[in-house]
Amino acid sequence: MKPPPFEYTAAASVEEALAALTEHGDDAKVISGGQSLVPLLAFRFARPSVLVDINRIRGLDGIELDGDTLTIGALARHRDVELDGALRARCPMIVEAVAQVGHAAIRNRGTVGGSLAHSDPAAEWTALALALDAELDVVGPSGSRVVAAGDFFVTYFTTALAPDELLVRARFRIPNGRSGSTFVELARRHGDFALAGVGALVTLDDDDVVADVRIGLIGVGATAVRASSGEEAVRGRRPTADVLVEAAAAVDADIDPNTDVHASADYRRLIAGVLVRRALETAIARARGGDDGRS
Amino acid sequence: MTATAAPGFVGQRVRRKEDARLVRGAGRFVADITVPGALHAAILRSPFAYAGITRLDVSPALAVPGVEAAFSGADLAGRVGAFIEGARREITPSLLEQVDLEVKSCPLPVLPVDEVLWFGQPVAVVVARDRYAAEDGLEAVEVDYDPRTALPDAESALADGAPVLHPELRDNVAARLFISSGDVDAAFAAAPHVLRERFTFGRHAANAMETRSVQASYDAGRNELTVWITNPRPHLIRLNLSQMLGLPLENVRVLAPDIGGSFGTGLFAEDALIPFLALALGRPVRWTEDRQESLAMTRHARDQVHDLELAYDDEGRILALRDRFLVDAGAYNAYAVTVSYNTAAHLRGQYGIDTFSIEGLNVVTTKAPVAPVRGAGRPEAVFALDRAFDLIAVDRGLDPAEIRRRNLIRPDEMPRAMGMPYRDGKEMVYDSGDFPAQLEQALEAFGYDELRAQQAAWRAEGRLVGVGISSYVEGSGFGPFEGAVVRLDQQGNVHVVTGAKPHGQGLETTLAQVCADEFGVPFDRVTVTTGDTALIQYGIGTFASRSAVTAGTAVGVAAGRLRTKVLAVAAELLEASPADLELTTDGVAARDVGRGVSYEEIHAAAAPGPRNRTPEGLAPGLEEQYYFVPPTVTFASGTHVASVEVDVETGFVRVLRYLTVDDCGQMLNPMIVEGQIQGGVAHGIGTALFEEALYDEDCQLLTGSYMDYLLPTADEVPPIEVGHQVFLSDLNPFGIKGCGEGGAVSPPAAIANAVVDALRPLHINVNRVPLRPEALLDLIRQAKAATNRGQKEGEG
Amino acid sequence: MAARELVLRVNGVEHRGAAEPRVTLADFLRDGLGLTGTHLGCEHGVCGACTILLDGRSVRSCLMLAVQAEGHDLTTVEGLASPDGALHPIQEAFSEKHGLQCGFCTPGFLMSVHELLAHDPAPDEAEIRSWLSGNICRCTGYQNIVEAVQYAAVLQREADR
Repeated sequence: MKPPPFEYTAAASVEEALAALTEHGDDAKVISGGQSLVPLLAFRFARPSVLVDINRIRGLDGIELDGDTLTIGALARHRDVELDGALRARCPMIVEAVAQVGHAAIRNRGTVGGSLAHSDPAAEWTALALALDAELDVVGPSGSRVVAAGDFFVTYFTTALAPDELLVRARFRIPNGRSGSTFVELARRHGDFALAGVGALVTLDDDDVVADVRIGLIGVGATAVRASSGEEAVRGRRPTADVLVEAAAAVDADIDPNTDVHASADYRRLIAGVLVRRALETAIARARGGDDGRS
Repeated sequence: MTATAAPGFVGQRVRRKEDARLVRGAGRFVADITVPGALHAAILRSPFAYAGITRLDVSPALAVPGVEAAFSGADLAGRVGAFIEGARREITPSLLEQVDLEVKSCPLPVLPVDEVLWFGQPVAVVVARDRYAAEDGLEAVEVDYDPRTALPDAESALADGAPVLHPELRDNVAARLFISSGDVDAAFAAAPHVLRERFTFGRHAANAMETRSVQASYDAGRNELTVWITNPRPHLIRLNLSQMLGLPLENVRVLAPDIGGSFGTGLFAEDALIPFLALALGRPVRWTEDRQESLAMTRHARDQVHDLELAYDDEGRILALRDRFLVDAGAYNAYAVTVSYNTAAHLRGQYGIDTFSIEGLNVVTTKAPVAPVRGAGRPEAVFALDRAFDLIAVDRGLDPAEIRRRNLIRPDEMPRAMGMPYRDGKEMVYDSGDFPAQLEQALEAFGYDELRAQQAAWRAEGRLVGVGISSYVEGSGFGPFEGAVVRLDQQGNVHVVTGAKPHGQGLETTLAQVCADEFGVPFDRVTVTTGDTALIQYGIGTFASRSAVTAGTAVGVAAGRLRTKVLAVAAELLEASPADLELTTDGVAARDVGRGVSYEEIHAAAAPGPRNRTPEGLAPGLEEQYYFVPPTVTFASGTHVASVEVDVETGFVRVLRYLTVDDCGQMLNPMIVEGQIQGGVAHGIGTALFEEALYDEDCQLLTGSYMDYLLPTADEVPPIEVGHQVFLSDLNPFGIKGCGEGGAVSPPAAIANAVVDALRPLHINVNRVPLRPEALLDLIRQAKAATNRGQKEGEG
Repeated sequence: MAARELVLRVNGVEHRGAAEPRVTLADFLRDGLGLTGTHLGCEHGVCGACTILLDGRSVRSCLMLAVQAEGHDLTTVEGLASPDGALHPIQEAFSEKHGLQCGFCTPGFLMSVHELLAHDPAPDEAEIRSWLSGNICRCTGYQNIVEAVQYAAVLQREADR
């Protein structure tokens, strides 16, 4: 299981990286954390002619929480997000999600940008991006553009990035007010790819009515899913147990899971509903102040 | 038997000698050893389960940078012979006279020529300057296959019209056994109740953390072949290579250094292929299996289906047993009836069921060949019987513990003949143990009654917790022999060589403990060397829970004899009687007299030559050799209790607690015994809930990476509580019984029983392992739907 | 691509070698530098046998290319014992508590534990099991590994006093 031959260049700047990508086009592949790419190379499923290593680029690893906006540089390591205490207090969903990315050694090296650009439908960051209406800053030879998360994830392992573009930053909007959030997933073992996972964030108004709700799922389609039907079933209502059951059932319309060696599509549908209900229960409890997940 | 000399190191929790190098990363595993100039091999493997090879051209690989050579099956014809079918040969005539046994010859090939019979089968080999280039070379090999319809399981291989995979076998049954005692038909006909149930045990892969490596170097000038190999049977490798490559046995040296787990035995094509390459190329050649290769083939196991019938009375006492089981042996039944006979022999476990018939078929299919793996047929047998017991308990309205009480062999029946021969042809006799006490000890330590009392309250809270029981017996210390050479040096250190080959069991420590006690020196003065066929003439190796018994006894006896000799030489020098002498740090001293001789003096006195002072009748030198031939196996036993919690919405199972009580006779080192049992239980938990080697509808392997084949981690394995009974074995002077496999035998049964118990109100049955969450959720949903239908009908 | 010269700082020592860019860090440590204490268990980042420290953080050396490790401080199992040969407390604890059997997964565990105790000097059992779920052992059943980590924490606290 040794990688096939490739040329290698380590870019010292975004400009250098773009130049290399432009020169080599489809034959080039960006490597950041490498936690997804190197196994693909080892199995010889990926065979790029050129690897463009962006780890040496400075200034792309920031994690800044400014009011309601969380800005994360593409080279921020999962582990650094996980350890961010302020972020954990402000939005437990994010920290709980990233804590479930593989194991510590993977998180020490893997990057947020790498995860988003890889678009594995079981990648926690992709669900977070959808749920929090993330904006993704992309640079290419013709300049920069901002891609909304809803437009970014196209299908399995495919994003809106052109071969000569680089994802440099992601901005997440964290809702204000009386909110609670969580990320729950079901995996065969601790650290495995999720059979299904749910990030839920609920904001309640003073009458205990759901003012805002975000539900993002992984493992249930060709990309992560923003469960708008599920959200609609809850938004503007008091979140009673029956309402949550309705929401869990409504999510079924948003998802299109696959069958693989670990689980059938039917099973994924079933547990997606279970996890949506459980995630909403926790998010609501936290919004009410019962369990704020800050410990 | 009696204990020897003064109690010393045996039985103590002595820290291991192996640790000093292993915690430093200074172990020497085969892949860590570099023979200068060695080339690296990579192997092209079949992507099909069953196909003709219509074209194979390895020559394009030679143009790839770094590649030095490439070979296919055609290149080996006439140059590499067949593997010796050791397991088939070792079946004694006396066994064949006693039971109905047929084992057809089904030898494993090195490289095929015309067709492939399993996904992952080696087809060609490329040799290059490093593994990277060798894999590049593989991609250049040109091969065309003509795929055929695969035979994905035993049932399809037995169906009318199924293609015969090996024409010389005439059908797809490679081996058959039939053992019976008493009038089974009459017992079933007369019985008040009969249980008939099918139990399925999925395919497993052993997954030692170290994958296999082979490294070979050939000295053409001396016609000597040296092979380093991750294999727990170096002498067997040596014998096979000698015959397959046409080299005199004495010219083949096999070294097995540190080995990172084995969990089974077996011979593989690469074991002969790599040495052949060294001969053919005149260069050393090395190969390390990668994990993808390992998952495809290294020690696949289990894969059995049992149709079990139990006749029983109103009190739940078993009157008779009838079992017909199929072993999916994969493409080559290379291990004869090693596993299937174990299944048959251990099926009745701790229970006195004397009217029985057991039929087992080894069926060839287009999957990787199976090998004996930890438990080697016992987990499958225990799963069938223990699940059946719980079904009968439900039928009779009994607690699962109670039905076991009513059927266990009583201590006053021991030693108990079990009405059939063991695989060695000797009468199978449970030599010692107290199974009812073992059960009670396990239940008490677990708090079984307390858990039962709590269970209803938990159910009311919505917590579905269940408890399950399983027990086993294990014939351990299998022969034919194991040997030890024990030698004293000039400083009074003792050097032990044995044919056993540990791979985590701590034999360098436990054998040193035995030697220290039997010879009479401190533990620190003993060194144990294993894994070198040049150092001891005959050896069998480590597997089948045999080495503590066989190597332990060999070392103990040889050490005792060496002590006698050393004292005899010292007695000559001191002009005293050996009975008045004692060993000290520096030499041998005459008690109460203040005279002594140093080890150096004794060593010189024992040396051959004109100044030799060895007593008349004893040869020069301070070395003793002993091969222990066990009379037959000695029976270890164990009872396991597990509790689980089931998430009824997802089918996920969490093992809450796991407890064992095991009898392995004299424990050489309780710390090591407990480690073996804990490791075995973890292995069993993986087998029960997580691990399965899966094939798709074309019989191509689905579980080819660790993303898909799931080994349990520290989060999935609970703390394992280990309890002991000690019934010393009568079959060796030290009272030892084996313990390496027992831990892995009962978990699938105990956990399945616990899951069923947790879901008692739903009346589900778990008759297949491994149990995946989705499969359990299906059972739960079906059961609930049936309950709902029943309620609706009741309302209608 | 042709082999290029690399300089890696491992266990405080600069090593020179040459490797193609595609050579993994694990292979370079083992074959290029002769540091065979780091083992290959799966080569796709799941089993943890190849775990080393990169600037004090645990990483899978099979998931890095050797070229990527230039400029970083690497620590392998060979760097745990002190120069006079005395075992690191974690190594001592693993032996004392029989936290290893075949020893193949052990170097990976030792390095993972090193990072755990560096940021959490007194982890409880659940934290230990969770952290170590990224290292697979087939021999021990993990029980004694957990006890070894708890004992190592005690030894380290005593050493720090």
